[in-house]
Amino acid sequence: MSEHFLEVSDLRVSYPSRGFRRPPVEVLHGVSLTIAEGETLGVVGESGSGKTTIGRAILGLAKPSGGRITLRGEDITHAGTAERRRISRDLQVVFQDPYTSLNPSMTIGDILSEPLIIQGTSSKDASKRVRSLLDKVGLPSDAIERRPREFSGGQRQRVAIARALAPSPKLIVCDEPVSALDLTTQARVLELLVDIQRETGVAYLFVSHDLSVVRHISHRVAVVYKGDIVETGPAADVTSQPEHPYTQRLLLAAPVADPLEQQQRRAERRRLIDLQREQDEQAGAVA
Amino acid sequence: MILYALRRLVAGLVLAVLVTFITFLLLSTSFESVVRSILGLAATPESIASLTHSLGYDRPVLVQYFEWLGGLFTGDFGTSLFTSQPVAVAVTARLTVTLSLVATALTITVIISVLLGVAAATRGGAIDRISQGISLLGYIVPGLLLAIVLVVVFAVNLRILPATGFVPFAENPAKWAASITIPVIVLVIGGIASMTAQIRGSMIDELRKDYVRTLRTRGIPTNAIVLRHALRNASGPALTVLSLEFISMFGGSLIIENVFALPGFGSYSFNAALQGDIPVIMGITVFSVMLVVTVNLATDIANGWLNPKARMH
Amino acid sequence: MSIEQLVVEPSQVTVAPRRSVFGKLLRDPQAVITMAILFIIVMLGIFTPWLTSIDPNEAQLSAYNAPPGTPGHILGADQSGRDIASRLLHSISTSVIAGLIGASVALVIGTVFGLIGGYFGTKIRAGTEWLFNLIMTFPGLLLLILLMPVTKGDYRATMLIFGVLLSPGIFRIVRNLVVGVKNELFVDAARVSGLSNLRILARHVLFVIRGPIIIATAFMIGSAIGIQSGLAFLGVGSNTVPSFGAMIAEGFGNLYVQPVQFVWPSLMLGLMTASLVLLGNSLRDAFEGVRPKASRATRRPVTVITESAAADDALLVVQDLAIGYPTPSGGVREVVTGVSLRLEAGKTLGLVGESGSGKTQTAFAVLGVLPPDARILRGSITLNGRELLDLPEAKMRQLRGREIAYIPQEPMSNLDPSYTVGAQLVEGIRASSKMTAKDAKARVLELLARVGITDPRRTFDSYPHQISGGMAQRVLIAGAVASRPTLLIADEPTTALDVTVQADILDLLRDLQQEMGMAVLIVTHNFGVVADLCDHIAVMTDGTVVEEGTALDIFRNPQHEYTQMLLGSILEDTVVRTDAPSRPTTEAVS
Repeated sequence: MSEHFLEVSDLRVSYPSRGFRRPPVEVLHGVSLTIAEGETLGVVGESGSGKTTIGRAILGLAKPSGGRITLRGEDITHAGTAERRRISRDLQVVFQDPYTSLNPSMTIGDILSEPLIIQGTSSKDASKRVRSLLDKVGLPSDAIERRPREFSGGQRQRVAIARALAPSPKLIVCDEPVSALDLTTQARVLELLVDIQRETGVAYLFVSHDLSVVRHISHRVAVVYKGDIVETGPAADVTSQPEHPYTQRLLLAAPVADPLEQQQRRAERRRLIDLQREQDEQAGAVA
Repeated sequence: MILYALRRLVAGLVLAVLVTFITFLLLSTSFESVVRSILGLAATPESIASLTHSLGYDRPVLVQYFEWLGGLFTGDFGTSLFTSQPVAVAVTARLTVTLSLVATALTITVIISVLLGVAAATRGGAIDRISQGISLLGYIVPGLLLAIVLVVVFAVNLRILPATGFVPFAENPAKWAASITIPVIVLVIGGIASMTAQIRGSMIDELRKDYVRTLRTRGIPTNAIVLRHALRNASGPALTVLSLEFISMFGGSLIIENVFALPGFGSYSFNAALQGDIPVIMGITVFSVMLVVTVNLATDIANGWLNPKARMH
Repeated sequence: MSIEQLVVEPSQVTVAPRRSVFGKLLRDPQAVITMAILFIIVMLGIFTPWLTSIDPNEAQLSAYNAPPGTPGHILGADQSGRDIASRLLHSISTSVIAGLIGASVALVIGTVFGLIGGYFGTKIRAGTEWLFNLIMTFPGLLLLILLMPVTKGDYRATMLIFGVLLSPGIFRIVRNLVVGVKNELFVDAARVSGLSNLRILARHVLFVIRGPIIIATAFMIGSAIGIQSGLAFLGVGSNTVPSFGAMIAEGFGNLYVQPVQFVWPSLMLGLMTASLVLLGNSLRDAFEGVRPKASRATRRPVTVITESAAADDALLVVQDLAIGYPTPSGGVREVVTGVSLRLEAGKTLGLVGESGSGKTQTAFAVLGVLPPDARILRGSITLNGRELLDLPEAKMRQLRGREIAYIPQEPMSNLDPSYTVGAQLVEGIRASSKMTAKDAKARVLELLARVGITDPRRTFDSYPHQISGGMAQRVLIAGAVASRPTLLIADEPTTALDVTVQADILDLLRDLQQEMGMAVLIVTHNFGVVADLCDHIAVMTDGTVVEEGTALDIFRNPQHEYTQMLLGSILEDTVVRTDAPSRPTTEAVS
């Protein structure tokens, strides 16, 4: 019996390649992960690693070519549009770009009530809910009549979060939600996400390239490298004492905000790189 | 690159076959009326049947089409129903006239548009306003009216240019130039309207791009940046507009040839269509389509040369 | 979003709310006048039966070529004795019908297929693309003439075919827009919520395309009217259908006898066509807003220079620099409000701030590459004691690429896509120093190796889209340090890169600096990068420097509250989530 809220087993995703008869390119080579209720799983990796594809496959925006995704025990790997409508009561998304994730021609009120109306909520109930959502994310209620372009990046991201919260989901896939924001705004939006989790018990699949952001919000962390998950574990362990060489490189590559500490980290990184190169050469010599 | 060109050529040929087939299909609905018009008063049911049979119009459409297609490979484009002249000969002669007109107009259009468009984009101010005004004028005034007005002013009232008639270049270059001056002016004014606006717009967009600023920081002179870099990147969409302009000038030459009594492709097609001279119509169609295909191919090749990313497709 | 984009490009969004588009139109005199003209003409066409009882085809031989003002024939009569005014009025309907048929056929076909071709998968898209390429290959006017035996000259059938011939234009516009919108994240969000394709198309996509379609319709109606007139002029079509083209042909033939006959139809046709074109332009302005203006590519900013400070032996001295941009209402908006910095030779200064702080503007001012509408309101920038702000462009250009170099933020968009990497680097080198092409090439290969590119020759021959982001940044660095500059300005050089690549690039920059003794001004929002590279820091916000000092001082002992807040927002390395996953509560929000 699976007690995990979300379970991904051996997920594979391929994209067709450019040439006329070339074989498709596999972007995910069979990744597996689980998320429990109320938990944040951070998924960290660099560009092209496939971390975003994992989220998109779960959301139904990318077609899996193999493997299984189960939500509350139900197989949602190839869910159709009607099923997605039902699933969206539990599964929602916050995207990275606050400028293009909200339809510029709709009012905030319309944007927020859309997920509710799809579920069959009456417009009166939807209005009430929209008001309380805005309050929850710290936006004024007069935002209902205004359009996205009147708001800053951080505010728009709050709207995106409010939209995700509208149907009271159990899991929100957050795809780099703070990467496009300023330092100060970033901190505030992260705080908001943590508060919401504490209050409502929603779980997060938090995808990011920034280890420090992931560390801040995650209970557990999975590291993605070239389409494989190379390490999974409690956040504290993975982000300070990683075992896999790639995670170690990742950790040491991020500069730390203090000149002397950064000097040390630089030296550590140099040592690690030399060490890893020696190991590779020895492995090559033996093979 | 060669592979790319070959693929486009083959695609073009397939297109040509399709277009000519559809045209023939459409024309086949009027076989009877054509036969009637040839016979004129002598049209009796027997003579109609007999002529239909001897022209082969009673056979299945597909058979007729493939026979015609086969003839193309031997250079036999058919013979005019009304003049008994071989289609290929007549069409080539007429085509030369029209192409000399269109090619001249297009060349002048390109030169003026590039100069005006680039100047407008890089200097702004008065030149920009002038170029926008010229574009607007070209859009607003229908070519038809312009042609007539110019004829009246220059040929009739001022008498400095001939109103009608065509003199081949080989015969007398100066008279040739005179005979096509007004027609070329009409075509050019229409042509620079869209070309100038396009080049100006693309150049403005291009000059605002990041790489332009980075090139400046290397100390590269502005002229080099504008001409070698910005213009090259801006010319992709301009080439597309150019090929469209060519085709539209080619079509528009129909009216021009009528107003100026030029013995060109357009008037030839017009007469053939009026009479229902089916072999000529087919010949005209295949020539036109191949012309369009060639122009598109040339544009694609030029675009591929200018823009390396496009080659990958 | 940089300041430049805010000022020069009003918005990334091209859709305006419904109300204000119509409002904008009403405030545009060109739109109002042309709409009025067209409305009047259409009304004349509709009310023709009430305006004239004369049959347009009725020939009264007694009225042969009657001049205007003849009783019974206000505008005169043509050479067959037909009343011109009546023919004119009836021609209006012909043109209007022709325009509407042609445009609506094109609209329906083009829009439907554009939506299909744009929204659905690659095979369908390829299929529709191919179909419309086929249609575009038909030589328009020629085809219409050639099909005369089929259409039997009925102008409505001809316009139908013409509409089909026009549809590729609309198809292309709609398809491109749909493809653009389809990939937007808000459509993804709608799909996650389980919105059906149809609802997505209706709710999210159609709204974006209405503007361009309306604009194209205006132009297409004009085009159809023009073509129909042309065909009628040539004599294609029925004699009994009055049209401007036919009237112009007759007038043309009668030019010496009664020139006025030519004038009336020409005026009407010209008026209709011109109004449609001008209305189309006004519609475009209303829907798409302000288009970027052309302006002198390299005008030096209007400058007001303050007295340069007393001799300061620092390499770069910026003093009280203020930069502003003109606002639509006529004022000036200051984006840099008095910045002072100094950078000594061989040292590194980090210019730190959030977006909108003005840090990039300051850097561009030093390079002299601010956008054309920038104004330097006051201040002074000196390099080695030499004032830069009043240098003419030609002298400034000599400094760029030789003494002052620049590394941009986004590697891919800063390389010209039509030239190989090698060609661009060679051009840059030869612009700043006299070298033969052969020597320049050798130097470039040397530089590519120096910045850590493994196969210099192959990279030299590659186009920008064939190399990765990290490699592209190395290429740009190579181009910048080629002439061993004294001052290197780096604008967020690692922001667009992966963190592991970032670390390598930072190492590279440090090495190059030590080797060449360059002074480096690095603009960034990342304190980690600053901690790694910089000796000194200047913190900017709202267009001004609020704190500066050595790196160690600023990090360990920030004085200004803004700096403290910034540093406080940095996520601590040691903070980790300690609370256990929450138990889900029952509907938490009422």
